Amino acid sequence: MKHGILISDHEKSGAGVVRRRDRPGMPDGSADKSAPAAKPKWTARRRRVVANLTGWSFAAPATLIILALTLFPAAWAFLISREHWNGLTPARQIGWDNYRLLLKDADFKSAVNHTVLFTVLYVPVVLCLGMFLAIALNRKIRFISFYRTALFVPLVVSAAATGILANFVFDQQFGLANNLLRVLHLPQQGFLADRHEVMWVIALIYLWTDLAFSVIVYLAALQDIPTDCLEAARIDGANRWQQFRHVILPSLAPVTVFVGVWETISVLQIFELVLTTTHGGPLGASQTIVYFIYNQAFNLSRYGYGSAVAYTLFGGTLIITLGLFAYARRSKIEAF
Amino acid sequence: MSRKFSRWHLLLMPLSLVFLLPLVQMLLASFTSNADINRFPPRFIPSALHISGYVRLFRDAPVGRWMLNSAIVSGIAIVSHLVLCSLGGYAYARLSFRGRTVAFVTLVATIMIPTQMLMIPTYFMFSHLGLIDTLGAAFVPFLTSAFGVFLMRQFFLSLPKDLEEAGRIDGLTTFGVFFRIVLPLARPALATLAVFTLLNSWNDLLWPLIAINDPSKFTIQLGLVNFQGAHHIDWQELMACNVVATAPLIIGFLIAQRQFVQTMSMSGLKG
Repeated sequence: MKHGILISDHEKSGAGVVRRRDRPGMPDGSADKSAPAAKPKWTARRRRVVANLTGWSFAAPATLIILALTLFPAAWAFLISREHWNGLTPARQIGWDNYRLLLKDADFKSAVNHTVLFTVLYVPVVLCLGMFLAIALNRKIRFISFYRTALFVPLVVSAAATGILANFVFDQQFGLANNLLRVLHLPQQGFLADRHEVMWVIALIYLWTDLAFSVIVYLAALQDIPTDCLEAARIDGANRWQQFRHVILPSLAPVTVFVGVWETISVLQIFELVLTTTHGGPLGASQTIVYFIYNQAFNLSRYGYGSAVAYTLFGGTLIITLGLFAYARRSKIEAF
Repeated sequence: MSRKFSRWHLLLMPLSLVFLLPLVQMLLASFTSNADINRFPPRFIPSALHISGYVRLFRDAPVGRWMLNSAIVSGIAIVSHLVLCSLGGYAYARLSFRGRTVAFVTLVATIMIPTQMLMIPTYFMFSHLGLIDTLGAAFVPFLTSAFGVFLMRQFFLSLPKDLEEAGRIDGLTTFGVFFRIVLPLARPALATLAVFTLLNSWNDLLWPLIAINDPSKFTIQLGLVNFQGAHHIDWQELMACNVVATAPLIIGFLIAQRQFVQTMSMSGLKG
């Protein structure tokens, strides 16, 4: 496959190259192959040109737009990250200074701490709960469609609406949460206004919107487990726990890697919920990395510094993701 | 099993209610007078229902305009996604052309690039293209996606080739085969892609947030956030705004739950 691209398509290369570039059974390829070698060269070449044109006219619009909106800005972001730039006056090249500054910035450190702590605590919880609830929902009992609807519906609620709703529910005076505590004769809480509680509350809100995703993915995986396997285990005398431990759990391993990576990436980038609830407060206690980037760039006009943070986050995410995959591979889990 | 009482109900029933409670409260509060909401101690059930929150909402803010803007953005995003991703997906699944593998691998690799890393340069790109303060800033990022192309490609790979070959023998061109034979078969995948795009584009806040300042160009999500800044004490009105912003997708979800869930589990298969 790789050779096909490297070998140039000049007329000299002839039909042999065409054959190598073909994948069996492709409509255009088979048309090429059926052309007898004795036919004039220009026919084969014209066919190839037509095939290339057709292929690219299908592929180009999507491909070009995607590359223009990802690779191009990604490269640009790297250039900006080595500049001192407020968006108005000409940028000044400062090499790696933004990155150096980053290492000494206490605000950045606390944003990293919040985000990493959040990730480390949140991801295992959402994996366990997601798996558990998927098992709970994977049975034919009464009300099951009601349960599924109730647990899945937060998924379609936007981050903005969730944040505003959360402000209401966790309002100190009039909110539902403190009201419930009052009815239960428990002490009132500060929730989003309390420096020590705010990240926990945000985690809870995020769990509300996000839990359905892992449940749905696990549920799909559970339904793929052949019933024969479970039947066989049952006939062999495995109890419920043994069935779970030795049949269900191993077959969920690949999905667990996937959901784990997915959740890690999305939680490391948590932003919109922070914006609509606390704006990083109180006193920076809920400042996350992406909120930090947004604040540096769009409130303080420090675009170079913001880009340096963004690149650092990307690098960190990449390392963590690759690490998780390496771990999965070593544990012989076929994740993808 | 279904006849006898399952112990799972003891877990699932309370949990379902807890998950629904915030949404129920949102709906109730939007019909509750502020006097009732601000009563101390608060009550869950309002003493009377009022539509005054919605009346004030539509008087205070161009919510209709914001909904229309969001509908335009999502509409363009969905149509463009369906067209571009199915064309691209078909090319990468079935056609052979120079640079195909390189282009496809590059595309899939871009899935790894997080949106947040792109927000600063994209903002300046939009500004050079004159997209600031236009709806374009909201829909251009959703015109197509690598995930969509990938999804369609996987779907086309799963189709049997016989039909397409039969179409070719009958003298159809590649375009003819695609539009007359392949696309009608792709309805399930297209539905998944449409729901995926709807969810992403309707709920997006980031792009309008950084690029749109003109209130008449707000999407409903950005409008919601700005409205919160201006009316943070008027809970009734805010909850009414929340209900308006959320209702279309919740209603869609209730009608087509299977399709939504299918979409979510498909995006689980990505990568």
